[in-house]
Amino acid sequence: MKSGKFWAWVVFVVGAAYFFIPLMATVEFSLRMRRGVHSFDAYQVVLGDARFQSTFLFSVIAALCTIILGVLIVVPAAYWIRLRLPQLRPIVEFITLLPLVIPAIVIVFGYIRMYGSNSPLPFLASNWGANALLVIGYTTLSLPYMYRAVDTGLRTIDVRTLTEAAQILGAGWGTIITRVILPNVLIAVLSGAFLTFAIVIGEFTMASLLSRPAFGPYLQNIGANRAYEPAALAVIAFAITWGCMSLIQILSRFAPKSANRPN
Amino acid sequence: MTDLSLSNQAFATKPVPPKEATAFRLPTQWIGVAPFFIFALMFLILPTLYLVVGAFRNGEGGFTLDNILQLVSDPSISNSYWSSIKISFWSAIIGAFAGLAIAIAIVRGGLPSWTRSATLTFSGVASNFAGLPLAFAFLATLGRVGIVTTLLRDVLNINIYAMGFNFLTTTGLIAVYLFFQIPLMVVIIVPAIDGLKKEWGEAAATLGATQAQYWRMVVIPVIWPSFLGTVILLFANAFGAIATAYAFAGPTLNIVPIKLYSQMNGDVLHNPQLAYAIAFGMIVITGLANVFYIWFRTRSERWLK
Repeated sequence: MKSGKFWAWVVFVVGAAYFFIPLMATVEFSLRMRRGVHSFDAYQVVLGDARFQSTFLFSVIAALCTIILGVLIVVPAAYWIRLRLPQLRPIVEFITLLPLVIPAIVIVFGYIRMYGSNSPLPFLASNWGANALLVIGYTTLSLPYMYRAVDTGLRTIDVRTLTEAAQILGAGWGTIITRVILPNVLIAVLSGAFLTFAIVIGEFTMASLLSRPAFGPYLQNIGANRAYEPAALAVIAFAITWGCMSLIQILSRFAPKSANRPN
Repeated sequence: MTDLSLSNQAFATKPVPPKEATAFRLPTQWIGVAPFFIFALMFLILPTLYLVVGAFRNGEGGFTLDNILQLVSDPSISNSYWSSIKISFWSAIIGAFAGLAIAIAIVRGGLPSWTRSATLTFSGVASNFAGLPLAFAFLATLGRVGIVTTLLRDVLNINIYAMGFNFLTTTGLIAVYLFFQIPLMVVIIVPAIDGLKKEWGEAAATLGATQAQYWRMVVIPVIWPSFLGTVILLFANAFGAIATAYAFAGPTLNIVPIKLYSQMNGDVLHNPQLAYAIAFGMIVITGLANVFYIWFRTRSERWLK
């Protein structure tokens, strides 16, 4: 047992070194822009760059739209499957796993060929269409996470009783979903939302191939042309990811711990 | 059991008409799932099928196997598949064992409890820290003027670039991909190790099993399916990754996703049929991997209830 503990420490320390050395080196590197001293110059240059601001804003808006679209698609479906169509669950689970199987680059290639400017549904003919297609693509990428988060949330509430109670009180379907079900799974939905945000914010492949002015292509451009700014951007990106994950952890403390009634 | 009594109750207390009424208004039954299925069909399934069908067609629309055969006969394409498979395979295997070792260390190793929560939090972050920023971080560390590179050179007099280190080799990319592969393994496998019930260990001990026998005959068989399933997930994860590699080398690196990217990003898609075939090959490889994943997952879930 003693040697077991020794080896556990060895594994832990080696692992920690592999993960922390690159992070610390990146922070250190990002502070070196001014010769001889540590400074936040790289951050100032990056944050002051108009293109940083516009692309970041674009990606934030794209991420928010992705979350809204994802909620609109996933919440009713997951709710309905729990309530009425449990036999569809394996099919829906399979579909939500597909984006993990089909690489993003393949999905977006399909979009470009199928929704090009001279196709029956010409998304790519206009700027807004292309923006919409980007949000749609991101929603596809986030399906596995969103569906699992919402489904886990639904598992902890008694969907059927809540629905029946609402119906007895005279609520319609819209009211049931928006005022009864959604507030009960809000924490789960928000966890899915933050994860989606973390994935989407710096996404490169889809944004670049759809020629959108998003944060991912901007990162690529800076990475190819500058020395210290990329390190600063990496630190910022890590902080954003960290922020999203911490919010999920904080939220999970408020989530109901177990099923009130197993469904 | 609860479920059964609940629905009986519902049947007993509820007057019959509402249920009957919805029975022949068929669309309402599907209305909740309709947006999901329409979305999945239009933006996931049909675009993929479009490429798959395109892979088997020639320029005039007739059926052909030439595109698929070209994947094998064109050495630059078949090489790109090989390097992609190699990188994905080894980063998955190494990532899986390293992740498993870390998971066992924090769950069973008798370390203080903060190591567990710190590792899990960090793994959640690092498994999502991929793409371009990851490449930037490694360039700042081990790039030609990176912090660790210069430290090694100035302090220990080791020039890693003279020793043949390069991010653009299979080994270089594997080392970088491990940064998100290991944490992903940790995130997925820790619940599986938690699922090992204490009673099993006690039962084994009561029956006189040694620690080694307990591991060989209880722990490994129970963890094995979810471990293998995760390996396959890691494989697919690395196989589709493009941004990190692209940040290191731009379009020059010869791996499949970058090959497809440059085919698509050129001013003219000089051979769309070939691009279809490349995409089809990617789907086949990750698809096969995922068929195994689903199979192993259903096997492992039997034990983790």
